Amino acid sequence: MKVPFAGAIDCDLHLPSPSMAVLMRHMDDFWREQFVTRRIDRMDFQLTSFPPNTPLAMRDDWRAPAGEGETPLDKLRREALDPFGARIAIGSILHGAIGLYNEDMAAVICSAVNDHLARDWLDHEPRLRGSILVMGSSPDHAVAEIERLAADRRFVQIILPVMGDFLPGKRQMWPVYRACEKHGLAVALHAGSTYRYPPTGSGWPSYHVEDYIAQSTAFENAIVSFLAEGVFNEFPDLRLVCLESGFTWLPTLLWRLNKEWRGTRQETPWLDRPPADVVRERVRFSLQPVDAPADGALLTRTLAHIGSDELLLFSTDYPHAQFDGDNALPEGLPADLQRKIMIDNPPACYPRLAAEAKEIAP
Amino acid sequence: MSKKRHVVAAVDEVPPGSRKHLNLAGREIALFNLGGEFFALGDKCPHESGSLCAGKIVGLAEADTPGHYRLSRDGEFVKCPWHGWEFDIRTGQSWCDPTRTRARAYETAVAAGETLVKGPYVADTYPVRVEENYIVIDV
Repeated sequence: MKVPFAGAIDCDLHLPSPSMAVLMRHMDDFWREQFVTRRIDRMDFQLTSFPPNTPLAMRDDWRAPAGEGETPLDKLRREALDPFGARIAIGSILHGAIGLYNEDMAAVICSAVNDHLARDWLDHEPRLRGSILVMGSSPDHAVAEIERLAADRRFVQIILPVMGDFLPGKRQMWPVYRACEKHGLAVALHAGSTYRYPPTGSGWPSYHVEDYIAQSTAFENAIVSFLAEGVFNEFPDLRLVCLESGFTWLPTLLWRLNKEWRGTRQETPWLDRPPADVVRERVRFSLQPVDAPADGALLTRTLAHIGSDELLLFSTDYPHAQFDGDNALPEGLPADLQRKIMIDNPPACYPRLAAEAKEIAP
Repeated sequence: MSKKRHVVAAVDEVPPGSRKHLNLAGREIALFNLGGEFFALGDKCPHESGSLCAGKIVGLAEADTPGHYRLSRDGEFVKCPWHGWEFDIRTGQSWCDPTRTRARAYETAVAAGETLVKGPYVADTYPVRVEENYIVIDV
């Protein structure tokens, strides 16, 4: 169904991956020269995850280039902001730099991506907020990048692919989470992988469908890693946001977590209450893709199994092909839940959005 | 149905840290000695009826923060051998869900052989000698 009222907060919107020519404007002389002399200044550094020419990566009607006299931002407004009445949209650029083995080069590209996001998008559209792209394989760089950009309150989260070099709850990542908590940034894990390891536990799949389906298991692994390693204990104000994760698989995870916890909790005694309760408090999920049957009643039952109306965050996942027309909401969502998902839940999850709302309120 | 007092073992027969499986009036019961105190639980895990008497005796694992482990109440919990759920031997309560998931707890007492021989309680077929102490359970 269509979004029934204005003022929604879209928590997962993709901005186009910039060319190296654009990114080099945000680099110093050394790196500009390096990219040219190494002849990689025209390389697109696309992530193998969701390459843009695959059908799901972009909806057909959104694939057309900007119209005549239309800037990329105009196109974004026309296609992604105006039709859904978005008051705020959190934009991300998942750039292939995060998969590079050369840490310095990866770091300089990530920084350029973030500066491009701030200067070329956020500066021109007050509805846009941003995600800080960081390298999960290099926590030192991630912390430095967070510290560099933390003063820019338009960045509301960091973003990492859900599959990286190690499970994301591991202690080597804790300095990153400490920095996020300190600055009121959420940690977003987005579907995708740096493909340094296969996306399944049994090696490499052959087809896209296998890769797509493997994402939900990766999100389960990541959530359980956060719980078991004690990230939520160590950082009591930190929120984990799962983007493009789907959520209809969540009930079975919650059931299994609580069941297995009873027999294994001595290994992780800091998990001192049912882990599903911790998930309901600390983990959030973007709405799209919904991955539910068309029958709205079945989605309602799934949401009842999840057992909280605070977990979902409205998202269009623009420009990925997750729904047709302006029907960004699935059938079967009760009106009060629509309001929670679109208006109330995002500020409750993102401290920086909550702080903004406070400033606006009289 | 009124409860009946059963003499189930001589005190010396169940030394501290040990347990004994009983069948009293058709009920399976696990008897534990915690440092000289006796506790009896229905020998049926409330989950899927595993025998608690066959479980590992453990302490209470806790942590204030990740990685800082602490063990207290040494030997006061039993883990069901089937799925590892922990039960407080003193109360039968499960650690993870103490109000809703609990093993049945029975009252135990220690009685001198002399009183048992005189009655009013029937000593079943358990041979009682006046000079010893016995564990009794009301079922």
